[in-house]
Amino acid sequence: MKKTTGFDWKKITHSRFFMPIVCLLLVLLVNVIQTPNFFAVSINNGVLYGYLVDIINRASELVILAVGMTLVTASSGGQDISVGAVMAVAASICCQILSGGAVSTNTLMAPIIIAFIAALVASMICGAFNGFLVSVLGIQPMVATLILFTAGRGIAQLVTKGQITYVRVDAYKVMGGYIGKCPIPTPVFFAIGVVIVVNLILKKTALGLYIESVGSNGSASRLMGLNSTRIKFLTYVILGLLSGIAGVVASSRIYSADANNIGLNLEMDAILAVALGGNNLSGGKFNLVGSVIGAYTIQALTTTLYAMKVSADQLPVYKAIVVIIIVVLQSPTFQKKIRAMRHGKAVAVNAG
Amino acid sequence: MKKKWLSIVLASALVVSCTACGSKATPTGGTASAKTTDGKTITVGFSQVGAESDWRTANTTSMKGTFTKANGYNLVFDDAQQKQENQITAIRNFIQQEVNYIVLAPVTETGWDTVLKEAKDAKIPVIIVDRMVKVSDESLYTAWVGSNFKLEGQKATEWLKDFAAAKGLKNSDLHIVDIQGTIGASAQIGRTEGLEEAAKTNGWDLLAKESGEFTQAKGQEVMESFIKQYPNLNVVYCENDNEAFGAIDALTAAGKTVGSDIKNGQVMVMSFDCTKAGLTDTLNGKITLDTECNPLHGPRVQKIIDALKSGGTVDKKAYVDEEMFCADTTVPKVSISGQDFNVTKLTQDVLSKRAY
Repeated sequence: MKKTTGFDWKKITHSRFFMPIVCLLLVLLVNVIQTPNFFAVSINNGVLYGYLVDIINRASELVILAVGMTLVTASSGGQDISVGAVMAVAASICCQILSGGAVSTNTLMAPIIIAFIAALVASMICGAFNGFLVSVLGIQPMVATLILFTAGRGIAQLVTKGQITYVRVDAYKVMGGYIGKCPIPTPVFFAIGVVIVVNLILKKTALGLYIESVGSNGSASRLMGLNSTRIKFLTYVILGLLSGIAGVVASSRIYSADANNIGLNLEMDAILAVALGGNNLSGGKFNLVGSVIGAYTIQALTTTLYAMKVSADQLPVYKAIVVIIIVVLQSPTFQKKIRAMRHGKAVAVNAG
Repeated sequence: MKKKWLSIVLASALVVSCTACGSKATPTGGTASAKTTDGKTITVGFSQVGAESDWRTANTTSMKGTFTKANGYNLVFDDAQQKQENQITAIRNFIQQEVNYIVLAPVTETGWDTVLKEAKDAKIPVIIVDRMVKVSDESLYTAWVGSNFKLEGQKATEWLKDFAAAKGLKNSDLHIVDIQGTIGASAQIGRTEGLEEAAKTNGWDLLAKESGEFTQAKGQEVMESFIKQYPNLNVVYCENDNEAFGAIDALTAAGKTVGSDIKNGQVMVMSFDCTKAGLTDTLNGKITLDTECNPLHGPRVQKIIDALKSGGTVDKKAYVDEEMFCADTTVPKVSISGQDFNVTKLTQDVLSKRAY
């Protein structure tokens, strides 16, 4: 009896999802103590309402980015730091097409679907550019994507002529708001959709396996007959596409393209989500669901700090402290230490 | 083969980027022979931050409209695209071209000592507009023209006090949240101070303050959180128009109505800046009071230059006149330490007449 429970516990703790979930629960636990009504979800004004809804809604863009970032990390052992800038590019192209080049518009100048597709094509081109630099030219991912990290917002500014382009049309607000009478915010559907589709592709095709093998050992996989260049390239294009989706959603929330601020600093959060998800940042095996949980943890943290009335100027400090704790908890070295301690204890008990 | 192609691509990219840089380096309208020793036309070098908002564009237009050829000026304009190094280069260019006056709208407060010293050594007066500069020696610049952000805050809160009194609201009836600007920005500091002092003297219930970083997205997110924490809030003090748009969206999504009728459960939104979009919301009653942050610095700068030209002295700090626009006429004017400020009721007429 005793033995089986011990065995189960071990199985749970060794699961790849264990640490990410524990971290998320830790963050949420603080809320239960601090803000008793944190988990209350109600229907208000015909839509779901509550802190939890805010977290799930606000984390959508980050979830979408984290999915792509996980693939890129796994295949190339590096991160794409241009995702925030690519979001801005996609958003500005989308809004410019919709507004017909004007600074503000009250009627659509082009169908939304065309603008949406154009934005996604542009972001995929950005992704392909990054992918080309990394996979074909073999440039360090961080350095290669630094180009668009700096240039991306400039391009977006160029597209919007340095202004914030407003699309004040209700139909455009749907992607960042609500579909008709549906009580669930639309960005949530985008996030769930992306996670499901990418998961299906990885599961139904051998792509997931290819990515892991390319990331673990590129030359070995090439000798096995895998085109590692193409697979790396593909992951960057996927991330570009996902950044585009995130960019359009973010722009729909504010029905405008704010080239300076859309997706600002989101690349760091996306990388952090991948790390919090228990993924090895130097590539190889990956854990997509872990990254998604990581993304929700980060947003939960932000919302928690708002709910706890931490003043704005001190907010980054608290965020940093929590991140340090979570990252240390997840580090292999720390976990090994803990295991050794536990083992040592068990030995001592046995000896005694 | 592959490598050959690559080198061609890279080389052409290099050429393109070089020419792009080259074309950018010369300030627009800047003829190198802009020396004006004839005493008639005055050359003014203006280094602008960029064109990031309607406000900035209006600021540029004001300068360009004031310092025209017809008025006897030759304006050398440089757009720094949000980069300090571009501004420093521009000022050095101005010095080389021996302009008569330099006008600088600095992107940041610090890091100007060296280049302003160079201007001073060249005996060119420097007039700072909009943001302040922090320099070790105050004599490095001649004058500063800009907004009095604290006064803006004081005017807005004084209006709120009078408005509440006129509507028969007690001080304890007001539950205020503050969506702050980017922490450390001079607009944020002044406007927050104005509110904090007023809350203290009037005994208002200032529930919370949190930064919306002057953006619509953050303003919306912060407001969502505020609504849940403080169901009783009834005044939202947004430190710029973009934050107000976000706050209004969040309030509407949560089933609240925005407006000035606090007694009947409406939430009042107050804002700053008076951009066209902001005033449009004031016109339809969503923003009850919008306090102006005037970008029309041109005439003020011209006054300073005129005074300097005739050998007079100028005040180190010159504030531009700023208005207030309200959705109704409950409070026609506010007075702060003896000085009266009119509150304009916004109509379509007033809106379409505005310069920006």
